[in-house]
Amino acid sequence: MLDIQGLSVAYGPVKALQDVSFEVPTGTITAVLGANGAGKTTLLRTVSGLMRPQAGRVTLDGTDITRMAPEKMSRLGMAHVPEGRGVITELTVEENLRLGELGRARNGDPVAIERMWEMFPKLGDRRAALAGSLSGGERQMLVIGRSLMATPKVLLLDEPSLGLAPRIVAQIFDLVRTLVDEQGLSVLLVEQNARSALSIADLGVVLNLGRVVTTQEAGALAADEDLRHAYLGF
Amino acid sequence: MQQLITTLLNGLTMGMVYAAFALALVLIWRSTRIVNFAQAPMAMVTTYIAMVLIEGGLNYWLAFILALLSGFVLGAFVERVIVRPVEGKSDINAVILTLGLFIVLHALAALVFGSDYKSFPAPFGVRGITVGGHSLAITPFGIFTIVAVIVVMLLLLLLFQKTDVGLQMRASAFNPEVARLLGVKVSSMLTLGWALAALVGSLSGLLIAGGNLVHPGYMDSVVVFGFVAAVLGGLDSPLGAVVGGLIMGIALSLVSGYLGSGLVSLAALLILVAVLLVKPGGLFSHASERKV
Ligand SMILES: Nc1ncnc2c1ncn2[C@@H]1O[C@H](COP(=O)(O)OP(=O)(O)OP(=O)(O)O)[C@@H](O)[C@H]1O
Ligand SMILES: [Mg+2]
Repeated sequence: MLDIQGLSVAYGPVKALQDVSFEVPTGTITAVLGANGAGKTTLLRTVSGLMRPQAGRVTLDGTDITRMAPEKMSRLGMAHVPEGRGVITELTVEENLRLGELGRARNGDPVAIERMWEMFPKLGDRRAALAGSLSGGERQMLVIGRSLMATPKVLLLDEPSLGLAPRIVAQIFDLVRTLVDEQGLSVLLVEQNARSALSIADLGVVLNLGRVVTTQEAGALAADEDLRHAYLGF
Repeated sequence: MQQLITTLLNGLTMGMVYAAFALALVLIWRSTRIVNFAQAPMAMVTTYIAMVLIEGGLNYWLAFILALLSGFVLGAFVERVIVRPVEGKSDINAVILTLGLFIVLHALAALVFGSDYKSFPAPFGVRGITVGGHSLAITPFGIFTIVAVIVVMLLLLLLFQKTDVGLQMRASAFNPEVARLLGVKVSSMLTLGWALAALVGSLSGLLIAGGNLVHPGYMDSVVVFGFVAAVLGGLDSPLGAVVGGLIMGIALSLVSGYLGSGLVSLAALLILVAVLLVKPGGLFSHASERKV
């Protein structure tokens, strides 16, 4: 379980997160929703160690990881897919996947690269191509595949739907749901596309101007019209 | 004809040395966006280390290898202690720093080793090889130079393309943040990159020194030619550095052989200006990435 307690983060004088607390229970999808600038990306960057919080604590299965360097996190089973997809465009598809494998969690069982070619046949066809030549949807598949090679316990996804056609988004969300159900992965999913996110999430957290407005069961959140209109835009 | 062959062979040999030096500059540029002007005096210092060891009675080859290793250590030291504090800050800071280091190393070398010309030994003859009565322009040391640079380049290619560390080094250079998220110790990779670059720079220093006179400034023209070679090839491309180095070596040798050696620096400058005007990204600049 990923536990976030009283997290406050600032960029100089700009307070991006204030006293944010919630939990991501093991084997669930927790969606963090909110408008542009709500602090969603900042939240993920702080959890994965790219940013230092002013206050608060983050623990992963009881281990305090609040100020741990990001390069140590993958060994503990944390995988962060950053906003804008994060494929390394100058490396080949296969090299991107191999990098994921090199950072594999300490007690994870190796995943054969052939598994990825089965899951994502399009990537298999283009294994020797530079990742920069892939389409947006293929890139998103590649980063998710790369995370899986690292056998994570917790997956942080920053706007995986950004710029993708609805059909591809549905495909990716289905895949994430399947991974959670079959492998007991915990997912912290950041989205502006609140409707799609809530349709696969177990829990929803609404952020506004750096503060948690509410944390609820996803279905209940989607049913609350006032909240939806006020913060989620649908 | 005889003169043309001589000129081309000389150009090839020097081109290999420039290629190695340009490669050293590219390795650092690619990972830290810094043009390391101090590469020249760093190579000079390691050459003096080799000379001291040889004069102390050590076997030439042992001294050669120890000097390369000392270059490796010096590169790591410079990155960790001197460059690290300004990494990620404004690029101009780092450039001023490498220029400062250039001056400091010069001064230190003059103090410790003296600023007069000293002759550096060569392990092989530096006279032309004779084949069937004809004397060729290529010397045994020239052949060694070419082979040594090719071997080192092949080893680097293997390291970068075929090993896990090489993959992690490339990932760190291309996208440090994503590399860190994938568990790559990016800061160690940068140090290793500087160390390897300094080793390659030292190799070119030792190869130029062999059978020649050295003094604290003997590498200074090489950093200029190596820099032009790197820009010519495209500062981001190791292959470009090698090709650029070979072109520079042969072009400058032709200028020096047919137009006069006084024009070599001017020719280098003209090549630089021509590249910047015609193909500013260099011959091997990456095709721009697909936008999605
Ligand atoms: N590097 C930065 N320097 C200063 N302020 C920043 C920086 N990055 C983000 N901010 C500010 O912090 C706040 C939260 O930004 P963040 O990127 O976390 O929002 P977000 O919810 O991810 O938005 P989006 O949906 O547009 O991606 C915003 O007010 C933003 O302007
Ligand atoms: Mg964001």
